[in-house]
Amino acid sequence: MNLVFEHFDLYLRAFGWTVLLFLASALASLVIGTVLAAMRVGPVSILRAASTAYITVVRNTPLLVMFLLICVGLPTVGITFRFVEDWHLDAFYFRSCIALTLYTSTFVAEAIRSGINAVPLGQAEAARAVGLTFGGTMTQVVLPQAFRAIVPPLASVMIALLKNTSVAYVFGVVEATARMKYFTNITARDEGVFVLFALGYIVLVEMVSLGAYSLERRWKVSRA
Amino acid sequence: MRLTRFKAVAVAIAAAASLSACGGNAGSDEGSGVDVKVASNAADSFKDGTRMKEIAESGKITIGVKFDQPGIGFKGATDDMPKGFDPQIGKILAASLGIKPEDITWKETISDNREPFLESGEVDLVIASYSITDERRKVVGQAGPYYVTGQQLLVPKDSKIDSIDDVRGMNVCSVTGSTSLDQIEAKGAKPRGFDTYSDCVDQVLNGTVDAMTTDGAILMGYAAENPDKLKVVVPPFSEERYGVGYSKSHPEMCQWIVDTLKKAEDDGTWAKAFEATLGKSGVATPEPPAMDPCPAA
Repeated sequence: MNLVFEHFDLYLRAFGWTVLLFLASALASLVIGTVLAAMRVGPVSILRAASTAYITVVRNTPLLVMFLLICVGLPTVGITFRFVEDWHLDAFYFRSCIALTLYTSTFVAEAIRSGINAVPLGQAEAARAVGLTFGGTMTQVVLPQAFRAIVPPLASVMIALLKNTSVAYVFGVVEATARMKYFTNITARDEGVFVLFALGYIVLVEMVSLGAYSLERRWKVSRA
Repeated sequence: MRLTRFKAVAVAIAAAASLSACGGNAGSDEGSGVDVKVASNAADSFKDGTRMKEIAESGKITIGVKFDQPGIGFKGATDDMPKGFDPQIGKILAASLGIKPEDITWKETISDNREPFLESGEVDLVIASYSITDERRKVVGQAGPYYVTGQQLLVPKDSKIDSIDDVRGMNVCSVTGSTSLDQIEAKGAKPRGFDTYSDCVDQVLNGTVDAMTTDGAILMGYAAENPDKLKVVVPPFSEERYGVGYSKSHPEMCQWIVDTLKKAEDDGTWAKAFEATLGKSGVATPEPPAMDPCPAA
C-alpha cells in the first residue's frame, strides 16, 4: 500500500488511461448507438434488419471475445490498426477502444430504443403531420424527449463501460487494473493495493452517476 | 438488460478461465521426466512434530505449480500431470518424504495467489517460477534458489533489435503483472501486458508488438517451435532466482528443502530433471546455483 503512495504518479497515470479509454469509447458508442437505434426504428427495412442483426450478435457476445477478435484475431489476418501511430495514437489503446465501442454501442442503442418507445406515438404522428421528414421527426421531436427518459438506463450502461475498460489490462494497455497487478506482484500480498484501486474506480463511477443525476434533474424541470 | 449483462460477464469470466486453462500448447511433448527414487520409511527420518513428518505420515502432498509456462510448469488440456522443471523439483522433494509422483496433488498457482495459498495451507509447497525477493520473504518462506535464469527477448527473425538499448520506445509484451514486464518498462520500452505467454507470442508473430520478454528458458521453448519466424536475442539482463515457497508457520521445512535439493544436485538428479525439461530447447545444462542459507528458526 505504501508502495502505491510512493509511486502515486503511476497510479494516476493508470487511471488516466482508464479515463481515456472510457471517454473515447463512451463518446463513440453514444454516436454509433444513436445511429443504430434510429436505424432500428426507421422506415428502411434493410437498415432495420441490419441494425437488429448487429445488436443481436454483438450484444450476445462476451466482451472478452470482442477484445480477442479486435486485438488478437484481426492482427493475425493483417489488420493491426498500426496506422493510428502516424497520428500519435497508441495502437493498443485504439484497438481496445474499438472493442469497447462496438460492444457498448449495442447497449446504448437498446437504451435509446426504450426511450423512443416511451415517447407517445402521437408525437411522431404530429411531427409527420406538420411535414417533418423521418430525420426531422427523430432529431427535433422524438430523440430530445427520448434522451430525457433514458438518462438513468444510459448511466448504467456508461458505468458498466467504465468498469469494462479493465478488460484492456490483458490487451496491452497499462490502465488501472494492469497497474494494480504490477503492484500486487511486487508487494507479495497486500490487500491495501486492492483497496486503493477499488477506491479509484468508485470515485470515477460516482462521478459518472452524479453527472447523470444532475442531467436527470435539469431535464426533468424543463419537461414540466 | 441487466441480466444479459450479468450473463455476459459470467460467460466472459468462464471464457477467461478456460482460455487461461488451455492457453498454448507449447512444449506438450516434454517427457514427464526422470525417475525419482522414492524413499522408503521416510517418516522415520524426520523428527516428531515437524511438518515433514506430518506430510510423510499422511502420504499426501499438495504442490502449487504454474500450468502455462512451457519448460517450467505446463499442463495441456489433455494432460494428467503438469510437465516441466518445476514439477520435477516437486517430485524430487516429494520422493524424499516417501511420496510417489502419482500421489502428489498438483494445484495451479498464478502469480497472484502463491502467497495466499501458502498462508492458508491450500498448498504445502509452491514451485512456480517463484523468484526470490525480499518483499516475498517477508510474507512466506522461500528456499533455494534451485535455478537461476535471466530475462531475454524473443523477436521476429528479421528484427533489428540486437541489444537491450534498442527496446527504448518499442512495444514489448509479457504477462500482465509479471516481474519481466516491470523490468522491460524500466529499460524504457512500452510494456504490453497480455493474459498468457501464448497470447504474447501471437502478438510477436502478427507484428503488433516488437518483442516479447520473459525468462530466457521459456522464450527458447517458443523459438524452438517457430524456428523460421522467431529468435531469442540479447544476453540475459536480469537475474531471476527461482525458490521453493513454503509457509512461514513451518520454518523447519527450509533446511529440508535445501538439503534435499543439494543432494539431488550432487547425485545428478537435478541435471537429469533439467535435461528432460528446459534442456530440450537446446540450452546446455548449467551448474546448479548455490543456495541461500536458511533463516534461523
